[in-house]
Amino acid sequence: MPEMNIIQAVNDCLKVEMRRDSRVVVLGEDVGRFGGVFRATVGLQEEFGPDRCIDTPLAENGIVGCAIGMALYGLRPVAEIQFADYVYPAYDQIVNELAKMRYRSGGEYQAPVVIRMPAGGGIKGGHYHSQSPETIFIHTPGLKVVYPSNPADTKGLLAAAIRGDDPVIFMEPKRHYRTARGEVPEGEYLVPLGKAAVLHEAAGRSARSVTILAWGAMVHTALEAVEKGIGQGYDIELIDLRTLLPFDIETIVASVKKTGRAIVVHEAPRTCGFGAELAASIQERALLHLEAPILRVTGFDTPFPYALEMEYLPNRERILDAIERVTNG
Amino acid sequence: MKFELIRVLDDAGCVLHPEWEPAIPAVELRHILQTMVQNSLLDEKLMRFQRQGRIGFYLTAWGEEATLVGPLWALRPSDWIFSCYREAGAALHRGYPLRTLLCQLYCNAEDPVRGRQLPVHHTARELNFVSVSSVVGTQIPHAVGMAMAAKLSGRDDVSLVYFGDGATSTGDFHVSCNIAAVRKAPCLFFCRNNGWAISTPRSVQTATPTLAQKAVAYGMPAVLVDGNDVLALAHVTAGAAARARRGEGPTLIEALTYRRGAHTSSDDPTAYRDPDEPREWECRDPIRRFRAYLEGKGLWNADEERAFVQRCEQEFAALVAEVESLPSKSPLATMFDDVYAERPWHLDEQFVELDREVRRHRA
Ligand SMILES: Cc1ncc(C[n+]2csc(CCOP(=O)(O)OP(=O)(O)O)c2C)c(N)n1
Ligand SMILES: [Mg+2]
Repeated sequence: MPEMNIIQAVNDCLKVEMRRDSRVVVLGEDVGRFGGVFRATVGLQEEFGPDRCIDTPLAENGIVGCAIGMALYGLRPVAEIQFADYVYPAYDQIVNELAKMRYRSGGEYQAPVVIRMPAGGGIKGGHYHSQSPETIFIHTPGLKVVYPSNPADTKGLLAAAIRGDDPVIFMEPKRHYRTARGEVPEGEYLVPLGKAAVLHEAAGRSARSVTILAWGAMVHTALEAVEKGIGQGYDIELIDLRTLLPFDIETIVASVKKTGRAIVVHEAPRTCGFGAELAASIQERALLHLEAPILRVTGFDTPFPYALEMEYLPNRERILDAIERVTNG
Repeated sequence: MKFELIRVLDDAGCVLHPEWEPAIPAVELRHILQTMVQNSLLDEKLMRFQRQGRIGFYLTAWGEEATLVGPLWALRPSDWIFSCYREAGAALHRGYPLRTLLCQLYCNAEDPVRGRQLPVHHTARELNFVSVSSVVGTQIPHAVGMAMAAKLSGRDDVSLVYFGDGATSTGDFHVSCNIAAVRKAPCLFFCRNNGWAISTPRSVQTATPTLAQKAVAYGMPAVLVDGNDVLALAHVTAGAAARARRGEGPTLIEALTYRRGAHTSSDDPTAYRDPDEPREWECRDPIRRFRAYLEGKGLWNADEERAFVQRCEQEFAALVAEVESLPSKSPLATMFDDVYAERPWHLDEQFVELDREVRRHRA
């Protein structure tokens, strides 16, 4: 299997899917001739022409709105929003149109649009190149939300998103675009939506066992904490959610029932973040299995800062502190 | 639909249209040239600083210097400027202290934005220069609203809003034109058409031959002006500002110029554009043209420029030494300030939490 980074995995997936299905088209700002500001669409316009890899004018509402129209007519558009921070001009199209198309037409129409967007901080991008707005899409009925952490999952989940019949918000952890490397299956490769991955298994319940839930870039931060935490004698189960909506409640609850403790890590602000939903869902199903309150290690409830970004972002130490707190309970 | 390109100077700096030559006093003419020279010099040094890792991000206005200063001549200090990321030079021209500008670029403890924004996102309230967003086009309706508010308040202040060719594709641009025209808002829409929006050439941005003509559909006058001709820019903005102050509403100004450098320090234009294209624009360099004009008038010469550049270099070096000795970051608590007028309980709690963590692990 070839080794790839996340950018290469996106590119490979798009090529495979576009070769396989002529209905798949890519559109966005700077995606064609240039191949995207992160170079994720390099070579697509050369291979598939300017009508299947479309350089659009600078208008996110137009990009998403047109993608909806294309999808209604039967295409499988993959729209790129240059940074997740620039999705807001398209918010109305996403929330009021894309998400509701199937429901409001009684199932007559569907809009299987995939919207890719680099998300998250840690690249010295300031608040307009760092936000991680997964929650607002998870909170919008009708959208699936995917947020992979590694190249193979990126390829497989993106392919599954393109082939599925629902609109998908596909968030890419840009901080690890080039640093997360791994083997990626060649050719067609699918990872089903809605399935989490257990990246590290705990032995069982003890005074030092805990489940960590993370996605996107935070999986890498959590992995650092797992490594150090295990050295300190903790028994940690790490779950990479991969799909945030629908999230894999079965895997999550089974793990928490096993370890008796849960910590959710996300870089988005805390209040009404997805951590809140996970904590609520877990306690509804497993309260009596819990040894300690469910903790959240998250970004703070401020706009994403520039100079203090590494203070803002959850890191290994904050996760380890949380592990210490839940196991002291 | 045909728009005549307004020029006052030819490429060599000779006056083509004396009837349009604005009556700018000699000191101000010199000041205009000085700002352009200084801005270009700063761009050179600061881009190098970015490469050296001394500042995190930068972008230049190379080749677009005239757009930073030309439109300001017609404005009064009480008129407001809404800019994007490429027009720090306009703030400088209005008197933004270089030291403050540098502190913002270093995002250090004396940065007025307190290290919260990327470099080149300035704010200067005392100059009526409004806080910059990275998001393309969002400042345009703000300028319309400010203009409407000025009118409502019975004052004849106007707004000048800068935006790029790329921004004319946004919804914000179109709704702004429409509302401004309907409400006769005293707003000057200043489109810096530099030919590119990152890798997207103007021809991919719009099917129309000009951006100026967009105004027609909104019932607003427009002018197409040589964006590398400071005098032409001063001339057309003076007309637009006078019209706005008379209560006759907004004007769209399309300034034709060219982005000679990369989009930003993160960009590499060799991947998408012919490297000869920037060279073709060198002959229309705004600084060279205006310098020739001033020299012709006996208001500037090579010795003066040398002395001026030397002064700039010295001032820059001294300020950099000072700014680099300042604390590199604002205190932790500033992360939680200014989110609201008063900090609510949950941010108090979160600050305590972060403070404890930092003391414990990063001390
Ligand atoms: C709404 C939005 N979409 C995308 C971007 C990413 N982006 C930053 S600058 C830019 C191009 C802007 O071009 P233009 O308006 O011509 O201004 P210029 O950079 O040429 O001065 C793009 C697409 C953004 N900042 N905001
Ligand atoms: Mg431009």
